[in-house]
Amino acid sequence: MGPILTLLAQRIALSLLLLLMVSALIFAGTLILPGDVAQSILGQSATPEALANLRAELGLNEPAISRYFSWLSGIFHGDLGTALTSGQDIAASIGSRLSNTLFLAFWAALISVPLAIFLGLLSVRFKDRWPDKLISAVTLTSISIPEFLIGYVLMYLIAVKLGWFSSVAMINDGMSLGQKLNAIALPVMVLTLVVLAHMMRMTRAAILNVMQSAYIETAELKGLSGLDVIRKHAFPNAIAPIVNVVMLNLAYLVVGVVVIEVVFVYPGMGQYLVDHVAKRDVPVVQACGLIFAAVYIGLNMIADIVSILANPRLRHPK
Amino acid sequence: MSDPLVKVRGLKIGATVYPPGEKPHDIEIVHGVDFDLQKGKVLGLIGESGAGKSTIGLATMAYGRGGVEITGGEVWVNGRDILKTGLRDVRRLRGSEVTYVSQSAAASFNPAKKIMEQVTEAAIRHNKFNRKEAEARAVELFAKLGLPEPETIGNRYPHQVSGGQLQRCMTALALCPEPDLVVFDEPTTALDVTTQIDVLAAIKEAIRDTGVAALYITHDLAVVAQVSDHIMVLRMGDMVEYGTTDQIINSPQEEYTQALVSVRSIKHIEKDPTPEPVLSVRNITARYPGTHFDVLHDVTVDLHPGQTLAVVGESGSGKSTLARVITGLLPPSDGTIDFAGRTLSAGLGGRSREDLRELQMIYQMADTAMNPRQTVGTIIGRPLEFYFGLRGREKQKRIQELLDEIELGEGFQDRYPAELSGGQKQRVCIARALAAKPKMIICDEVTSALDPLVADGILKLLLDLQKIEDVAYLFITHDLATVRAIADSIAVMYQGKVQRYGSKTEVLSPPFDDYTDLLLSSVPEMKLGWLEEVIAHRKMESAGN
Amino acid sequence: MKNIPPAALIGLFFTGLYFLMALFAPLLAPYGMAEIVGGVWEPSSSQFLLGTDSIGRDLLSRMIYGGRTTIFIATMGTILSFVTGSILGFLAAVSGGWVDQLLSRFVDLLMSIPTLIFALVVLSVMPVTIPVLILVMGLLDSTRVYRLARAVAVDIAVMDFVEAARLRGEKTAWIIFREILPNALSPLVAEMGLRFIFMVLFVSTLSFLGLGVQPPEADWGGIVKENKEGIVYGIPAALLPAFAIATLAISVNLVADWVLNRTTSLKGGRG
Repeated sequence: MGPILTLLAQRIALSLLLLLMVSALIFAGTLILPGDVAQSILGQSATPEALANLRAELGLNEPAISRYFSWLSGIFHGDLGTALTSGQDIAASIGSRLSNTLFLAFWAALISVPLAIFLGLLSVRFKDRWPDKLISAVTLTSISIPEFLIGYVLMYLIAVKLGWFSSVAMINDGMSLGQKLNAIALPVMVLTLVVLAHMMRMTRAAILNVMQSAYIETAELKGLSGLDVIRKHAFPNAIAPIVNVVMLNLAYLVVGVVVIEVVFVYPGMGQYLVDHVAKRDVPVVQACGLIFAAVYIGLNMIADIVSILANPRLRHPK
Repeated sequence: MSDPLVKVRGLKIGATVYPPGEKPHDIEIVHGVDFDLQKGKVLGLIGESGAGKSTIGLATMAYGRGGVEITGGEVWVNGRDILKTGLRDVRRLRGSEVTYVSQSAAASFNPAKKIMEQVTEAAIRHNKFNRKEAEARAVELFAKLGLPEPETIGNRYPHQVSGGQLQRCMTALALCPEPDLVVFDEPTTALDVTTQIDVLAAIKEAIRDTGVAALYITHDLAVVAQVSDHIMVLRMGDMVEYGTTDQIINSPQEEYTQALVSVRSIKHIEKDPTPEPVLSVRNITARYPGTHFDVLHDVTVDLHPGQTLAVVGESGSGKSTLARVITGLLPPSDGTIDFAGRTLSAGLGGRSREDLRELQMIYQMADTAMNPRQTVGTIIGRPLEFYFGLRGREKQKRIQELLDEIELGEGFQDRYPAELSGGQKQRVCIARALAAKPKMIICDEVTSALDPLVADGILKLLLDLQKIEDVAYLFITHDLATVRAIADSIAVMYQGKVQRYGSKTEVLSPPFDDYTDLLLSSVPEMKLGWLEEVIAHRKMESAGN
Repeated sequence: MKNIPPAALIGLFFTGLYFLMALFAPLLAPYGMAEIVGGVWEPSSSQFLLGTDSIGRDLLSRMIYGGRTTIFIATMGTILSFVTGSILGFLAAVSGGWVDQLLSRFVDLLMSIPTLIFALVVLSVMPVTIPVLILVMGLLDSTRVYRLARAVAVDIAVMDFVEAARLRGEKTAWIIFREILPNALSPLVAEMGLRFIFMVLFVSTLSFLGLGVQPPEADWGGIVKENKEGIVYGIPAALLPAFAIATLAISVNLVADWVLNRTTSLKGGRG
């Protein structure tokens, strides 16, 4: 198990390093680029005194490096700073919104992952026949459609024309689980459609890749049934690529969620981020950006860790 | 005579091809083949690439690889036509009555499962044995096949054993369910020659001891002559000749078979060394950047003008690294290279255009050695332009001369590499090297990727061109038959060192050192009983020691 | 033309149509881009073929002008992303060593943040104008082109024919432009289609979020945003531009698919 632990430690260390660099990049991206935060908050007509005061208040006169480190140490202590526009504590505002977003993403993942794997298997089973062609045509189309269009089409057809669900997805703590699920039914449906196409296409490719291996032919020539070939020989080798596909697409879901929250006016992180980008509320944008990046990096890390763990060459070294 | 185990009648096999820019269409790759195989006998299927031999072998398991489909005829195994009995019966047949050994065991074993599980799987699945019996039989087979630690080797994963060992494990896998027939599909082709002989002997012994019948598929007539009772020669999906091994080897009837038997019959009488060698490699030691061991140790060889030095060795012997050092791609850590009376700079960057022109190279894979986006004319024309400044009509004239020299003639200038056959591609690469009017050409395994008859043509061409152009060859190869055919002097390499070096006669005459003896005696000879002789000889020697 | 499959023909037709529409927008549009000509959300009529929008502008005219903006930004972004990405990618592949390491690790870093999130972070401090949009989208997307160009070039650079050229004594420029580039072109061209689609979707998404093209300038994502309130009243004006985006993206996809298939099946023959 020696080399595998080293590899895992390396991979986790790499992710942490990456996250640190990303935090620096996000910090630098919002401060070094042209455009003065104080100016954008107060507008073009602000007096020089007001600007100077605000700059001092925001600590803009200190060197960037020291501001970065005080920001970073704040994050380690759970202090994300205060929002410029409302003066509220960012960590407190994000808390409930993050759990709302995770709630939405969780249900979307719960539906889309098994469905994508099932459809991927189906189209491998019927490769080059009509079910495969149909699935691939539908996925090609849905990859080409912007998320918000899928959102509005479903909203138009299901919420407005059929009147089944509400067109806005408001949830609050007072609602029961059933009420919450009812409220997020439409956004979950849209998110599922959005990630399904990519996930299914990649699953299909991953399984096909395994099925073309020579050891699958060996298994067939042993007289095993089609099911046994898949269960005993294809599946153990396909787990790693499939988990990889799933993780990469869950990372993709993180981005999809931003747009979908805006479409359905859902009180989550995405909506919060977009609102504050428009208001140029830099501390909020930094905090949200960092959280999204952390989730994204974390999912990619899990994908790599699964690949390492599933590799027989690493698990059983010579 | 009792009913044959396998009876094939009028077997036709088709495949769907996807040619570029055209609609996919079906072609026939086997056009009606008949043969019988008696219980316990071995039939060799022999032919060049595209002969359909693997396809026919797999047809005895009612299996078509990729887009391949059996389109007609009958395949009788154990008294029923397996093309008609349906999938359930075919699954009963596969892995129990008929089993398969592929060329690449490394790819054919599931990397995620232990060897024992895979070897016993078919026997257990078909209720031939319970797990305990199957494992006992597997251990017995591992021992019979000469695998180390037969009791425990099954607990390893495929990547934990060597290529030659895995090929034996594959044979154990095929024999474990006590089948009536094993299809061996080029089982030793991917192995080094000294490994091949042991695996071949192990397979032969296992066949004899278990009394199983076998279809032995290979492109190497000398190999198949050692194991089979009968041989069927195939060419482009048709049977050319069928007979006993003795008859095919010693009195072939058809012209094609005669050509296969007499392949590598080129007689080349070695020339005496000249006083002044064109290339003089002195004490070269080299390692790849970032590694900590030397791939070449203290290599010293000479090559004389207009002659051929064959550098022979198995994979990992350092023979290709030597070529990289001489060309300047890998600067050595120690030693010098003198070429045409001057000392060459170690790295490519320090060499003059004249140095580069006079030392040309031809590669193993002609496919990747030519830019697929350039025409033959551009490929051959570029050195003329680059080294001699030839332009326009003068260049065209010279290109045509070169094409004539390599026996391709008119109309090839505007073709792209993809439109040429394997042999034609290699010829164009030769012309490109000759265009520079070099003093010396490095030929790196230039015939290894070609079918025997085509390879023979290339060797003849190279010898003819050597006479006309007075060019020296450094000929890198693993194939001793090729060495015999064209070398003037030979360097045998083993683990980065020159094991034996001298004129062809010196190197190939006893007394031998141990490695050269092993290498030379491992090369299959086209005569019956060769394998037994070698094995008996080796046993005697080891007993003597 | 005879070997083009029908799907690719359809793709080519619609792609061509949209680009022509973008080029000749002022000639084709019946009304001005920001001209208020009727009531709010008037239905389709002979006067307003597609009806009017949320403040009474002709929807057809806005769609045509919007297409012009969207396609312009996407095209410029694609060009920027391609020029930057492929030059740096080839450079990294051919020079290797620390140049390759530095560029590749920096690209890894940029790609570890979702593109949309990174764009939002940057746009929160930059003025949102069309040149800034093109710059941000083009540079962020060039990371993907870089990876592809580098991978393709690295694959080709290890081929024997490139080694043969080096042994002949050819200069680096010859090796890049005469040996590597002709073989790298087809996968890059096919990728160009996909990058263009991504750009269209990206700029539309940004505009839809209100962080892209600013009103009164029309673009497809912005038109969706302007008319989205109509959806709950059953007015489908917001769906029109979204359908335009989808058809454009699918058409380009079909063309790109065909180019890719054609070139991979050639395996380096004529073409």
